[in-house]
Amino acid sequence: MMTLREALEVVALHRGQRIVVATMSSAGEWPKWSDTPLDFIYIPSAMGQAPSLGLGLALAQPERGVLVLNGDGCTLMNLGCLVTLAHHPANVFLLIVENGLYEVTGGQPTAGAGRVDFAELSRAAGIGRVYRFDRADAWRDGAAEALSGPGPVVVCLNVEGRVGQKTPKAPRPMSEQIARLRNGLGFSPS
Amino acid sequence: MFDGASVVQALQDCGVTHVVWIPDSDIGRWETELRAAPHMQLLRVCREGEAIALAAGLKLGGKSPVVLIQCTGLFEAGDTLRNILHDLHVPLFLLIGVRSYRAHQRGESTDSCPVFTEPIVRAWQIPYVLLDERHAPADITAAYRRANAKDESFAVLLAE
Repeated sequence: MMTLREALEVVALHRGQRIVVATMSSAGEWPKWSDTPLDFIYIPSAMGQAPSLGLGLALAQPERGVLVLNGDGCTLMNLGCLVTLAHHPANVFLLIVENGLYEVTGGQPTAGAGRVDFAELSRAAGIGRVYRFDRADAWRDGAAEALSGPGPVVVCLNVEGRVGQKTPKAPRPMSEQIARLRNGLGFSPS
Repeated sequence: MFDGASVVQALQDCGVTHVVWIPDSDIGRWETELRAAPHMQLLRVCREGEAIALAAGLKLGGKSPVVLIQCTGLFEAGDTLRNILHDLHVPLFLLIGVRSYRAHQRGESTDSCPVFTEPIVRAWQIPYVLLDERHAPADITAAYRRANAKDESFAVLLAE
């Protein structure tokens, strides 16, 4: 098992110039590692929809690629996204932070916590490149491979759950985030 | 009247790049033409909320998608619609088949879809028009261009 901090530190080292869509507990931590126009803190969100939003971005910007930092609870809310990611190959790297909790609501267990195997679900959905890392050292050693090459890729990270966390907040209003993202993608302000 | 070829032509005339959809028994008949459209990509999803989020990603990335779903999927997609249209303010163009609408108008259906579709669209504060057999694909083109010019979301409800 690793801490969320250890998990994200490795992501920051390997994200390159790709868009990062961060949601749930990762959304609160990611700005400590990176806060560029290509870092999209998806708050407020539609829970479960970050992978779909990321797929749309990746299809629109195929040369760039998208990393989606998702939770296990929100992945459960949209399991069909794994099938959709497999059906429309694009450079999406879905990182599932598995802590078995709805951390942003205080730390209540998710359905199936400790029993659901997201890596096997991803393979069964048709995703060819699936990785699972249970320890920080293994994640450090394997991240370069997992986060390179063509997508779709699913990376499952076994992360310590934290109870009693505050609900994460976005570093800036959504309108500003959207403007920054569009600017980062090279679009002129609308 | 609407058929696959004329709807595809209408969407291509608007510069639509992607159709994100889940078919129903009416709009599903357009699949052959949608798949064959040379300048549009047909994207299949598993649930309609996904369609909304995927289309939003495409829009943020500079493309021009439309979402093509049945009203039942509109009902399912409520939270994603709320978030994308009203939190992110990403405008989307939606084509929504209204199941049993014509039979309901004739008093021949107890399907509740026609009862709830327009109130739901109004509740989500989406401007809309309902098109039936008196309309033509050019009405879709006109609606798209109006919405695009205003940079606002719009729903075309298709009477089924």
